[in-house]
Amino acid sequence: MSGQTVEKLAYMANQIARNMTFDATPAASIAEHITAFWTPVMIDMLLAQSNAGLDPLAAEAMAKVAAARAHAG
Amino acid sequence: MGYERQADFGTPEVRSDQEVTCFIDGREVSVPAGTTVMRAAALTGGSIPKLCATDNLRQFGSCRLCLVEIDGMRGTPASCTTPVAEGMKVHTQTPRLQKLRKGVMELYISDHPLDCLTCSANNDCELQDQAAAVGLRDVRFGYEGENHLGAPTDTSNPYFDFDPSKCIVCSRCVRACDEVQGTFALTIEGRGFGSKVSAGLASDDYFSSECVSCGACVQACPTATLQEKAVKEIGKPERAVVTTCAYCGVGCTFRAEMRGEQLVRMVPWKDGKANRGHSCVKGRFAWGYAQHQERILSPMIRESIDQPWREVNWEEALTYTANEINRIRDQYGRNALGGITSSRCTNEETFLVQKLIRAGFGTNNVDTCARVCHSPTGYGLKTTFGTSAGTQDFDSVEDSDVVLVIGANPTDGHPVFASRMKRRLRQGAKLIVIDPRRTDLVRSPHIAADYHLPLRPGTNVAVLTALAHVIVTEGLADEAFIRERCDWDEYQHWAEFVSAERNSPEFLAPVTGVEADAIRGAARLYASGGNGAIYYGLGVTEHSQGSSTVMAIANLAMATGNIGRRGVGVNPLRGQNNVQGACDMGSFPHELSGYRHVSDAATRALFEAEWGVAIDPEPGLRIPNMLDAATDGTFKAIYIQGEDILQSDPDTKHVAAGLAAMECVIVHDLFLNETANYAHVFLPGSTFLEKNGTFTNAERRIQPVRKVMEPINGYEDWQVTQELARAIGLDWNYTHPSEIMDEIARLTPTFTGVNYKRLDAEGSLQWPVNDKAPDGSPIMHVDGFVRGRGKFVVTDYVPTDERTGPRFPLLLTTGRILSQYNVGAQTRRTANSVWHEEDLLEIHPTDAENRGVKSGDWVRLASRSGETTLRAHVTDRVAPGVVYTTFHHPATQANVVTTDYSDWATNCPEYKVTAVQITPSNGPSDWQEDYEAQATLSRRIEGTAMEPAE
Repeated sequence: MSGQTVEKLAYMANQIARNMTFDATPAASIAEHITAFWTPVMIDMLLAQSNAGLDPLAAEAMAKVAAARAHAG
Repeated sequence: MGYERQADFGTPEVRSDQEVTCFIDGREVSVPAGTTVMRAAALTGGSIPKLCATDNLRQFGSCRLCLVEIDGMRGTPASCTTPVAEGMKVHTQTPRLQKLRKGVMELYISDHPLDCLTCSANNDCELQDQAAAVGLRDVRFGYEGENHLGAPTDTSNPYFDFDPSKCIVCSRCVRACDEVQGTFALTIEGRGFGSKVSAGLASDDYFSSECVSCGACVQACPTATLQEKAVKEIGKPERAVVTTCAYCGVGCTFRAEMRGEQLVRMVPWKDGKANRGHSCVKGRFAWGYAQHQERILSPMIRESIDQPWREVNWEEALTYTANEINRIRDQYGRNALGGITSSRCTNEETFLVQKLIRAGFGTNNVDTCARVCHSPTGYGLKTTFGTSAGTQDFDSVEDSDVVLVIGANPTDGHPVFASRMKRRLRQGAKLIVIDPRRTDLVRSPHIAADYHLPLRPGTNVAVLTALAHVIVTEGLADEAFIRERCDWDEYQHWAEFVSAERNSPEFLAPVTGVEADAIRGAARLYASGGNGAIYYGLGVTEHSQGSSTVMAIANLAMATGNIGRRGVGVNPLRGQNNVQGACDMGSFPHELSGYRHVSDAATRALFEAEWGVAIDPEPGLRIPNMLDAATDGTFKAIYIQGEDILQSDPDTKHVAAGLAAMECVIVHDLFLNETANYAHVFLPGSTFLEKNGTFTNAERRIQPVRKVMEPINGYEDWQVTQELARAIGLDWNYTHPSEIMDEIARLTPTFTGVNYKRLDAEGSLQWPVNDKAPDGSPIMHVDGFVRGRGKFVVTDYVPTDERTGPRFPLLLTTGRILSQYNVGAQTRRTANSVWHEEDLLEIHPTDAENRGVKSGDWVRLASRSGETTLRAHVTDRVAPGVVYTTFHHPATQANVVTTDYSDWATNCPEYKVTAVQITPSNGPSDWQEDYEAQATLSRRIEGTAMEPAE
């Protein structure tokens, strides 16, 4: 029985990205969404995996999440 | 309150801008034009004798008891059918009237048993009252002639009897079934003296007829002809307490009519603003679970789930639980803890549970069962309108011209509101139904949907975008409204998107399975048919694009200007009684009460000042994430109040694995539910009859829940939570739920004007109730959207990843039935089960024939997640390729087959789309057999009959 795997988190991030593709600023909106609803542990888990299987838009969004977290210290 | 019937003004209230003044027995009274003489007299405090009239039915004029004399008018007109006129002078008591009424009553009584002293309605009978009122002392005609006194009683309904020997054929029951309920199950059969009330065909009894047991006929009956069995068994009530139903999100209010500590009957409260005096079979009759023998009344603990339960006292249970919580927090950290609040519990209880998790456990790992039903509503409506709630009150439907129902089956799920909706439809409002199944609403007595769009499950967004395509490309959008109220640039972006050819009905027809002409017709009707109101349910939210669908609905309403006034709006039909309230109270892991994100420092500061602890600024885990983390070994303990996640949440095996991996599962509930099979602590809960508090219904209406009897488990649920909080070291000292509501009001801007004193005085309040809206807000977004300008969101159709294929060629969708409620924990423990003893699988005749399946056959229902068995019901209600079932029975465990796919924004499970295969079967699946064995072992209680012999 699978738990909170990177694959599952990547699937969730890709799913969010597919549904926010038409947003005016999709990568920023996806990043905002993930920051608002995911726990830090979930975010860190996904960020820690360099080849998590993210689609390009989701990957761009996660890069923004990572940058924001680095900025916040 | 002592016992007395609710006041009956004889005929319904009339809405009119004009007022008319008349004189009743010399007393001046001013009433709205169109008001009847009978009602005007009642408003003066007078009482005109009556039998066929009652104020929730249109005037009928048959009993001839309410005759009056009017100056300048010939004869003795019936007061129930005569409207007042300016200056009219009415006389209700004259010798002539007295003689006439006595003669009429004498005829009635001549065919009525004279058994008042032993009649179950003695001293609670309108016929008896009116006989006294007209001064009837004897009956001249005797009983030797033809009569109905020997007519047999129909006892087929589990909750009420029909004794035709006592019937006066006033037609109140027939009219109540027609006008109030809208089922048209009853009729007057025969003519003249042979006239009699009949349920369905002559060969039918009440049980076999189309009667839905709403109780409207019983409530309307002026004699003991239609009467609750409980009244016959227990006796006449002695007192009544007004409280709020604990079933669906309609939020009906009832008079709980009591005899001592015993509930005799629940009678819908006519002043209830949600139900307006109506009820359904659940709220009216299915309350027996409160006293059911399977209720657990003693706390129980065990160290592991393979041990039998051990009954302990409350102190030991709470100490053990607190020690476990503290141990796990010390050993694994605060984020190894969490909890789930319940939409079945009160606002105050829900608020306390999330407070316990955040302030006591020190984590935001709190979620609520709305996660698996209406979380997309919260997300979608907050994004587009600015408020996570529906826009209208229920009264609003009276002004609707077009009703669009999508993904909802209100006649089963929200029956009392459905009756109000159907009344409006019978008056001529148009109807569009978007649903894979041909629900009852599509065609019912005197109602036929103008459009039924039987879409393929999972294509809601495609259908709604196609509707938007027609509205925009055919110039049907309300540009003035959009320019004034919405963000124009966002609208243009959206309009350009929906106008693309790939979003046309013709292009999408192969995807949705809906004919393009039907979509075009429905779009034109909704956009140009007058006031358009959208009602939706879990058929919208429980999809991988649930949030997108909610936003697509909001887009349609904004594009057509159908927001901000009576008759229009976006109306989520909430599943459980307090889904709205549970969400309002800060049950989601990312937000505090009033839908304010935990990352907002100013909001946190408010709570930190009130609670004296720091609040984590990061969101916590959602229910599915908690289960994932448990499987991973990082989430160890959970407090679950009033929720049975093992039966109600998707992918049962995954839920079971998550629960089994935890070290301390605390279940706080009425019964040993399925989740309790994996629990280490069981804290007995109290029913809605045993507690004080408030529920908030789908209209945002906050209504009192009042204790009508002492909790037989010893404590109200808020008290249990408080004791648990104290056991882990919190200094909580609430003495009444009103103090919790006062704290909610201090911390929640939309609740600042809510308190128990006002709720008692006004009956209910619809949030927001604050300085801007001191009397509450029946309709939202009247002068502008809460978020400022309405936001159009592009909702691209993204097919679900749950696909049919050779192995799983059919699509399963799930729903509920009228007589059962959710996981059935309550209704299965009542006589309601006679209508629905088991979950059935609906399958189209073509699909059934291809598989050699007939109605009643056992079939194996298999998906990629698991398999179960249940019996088939072959019906063309479902389209070819689609099968349907309910999830009320744990023996079926329909969620063994549902998957862990979920809404992209909220993780609300995709219950409504599962690829399955159906094959004939001859017995339960391996999972069902293993689960039954495990459940039997798990439910053992030391020293009781529930412990099997060695």
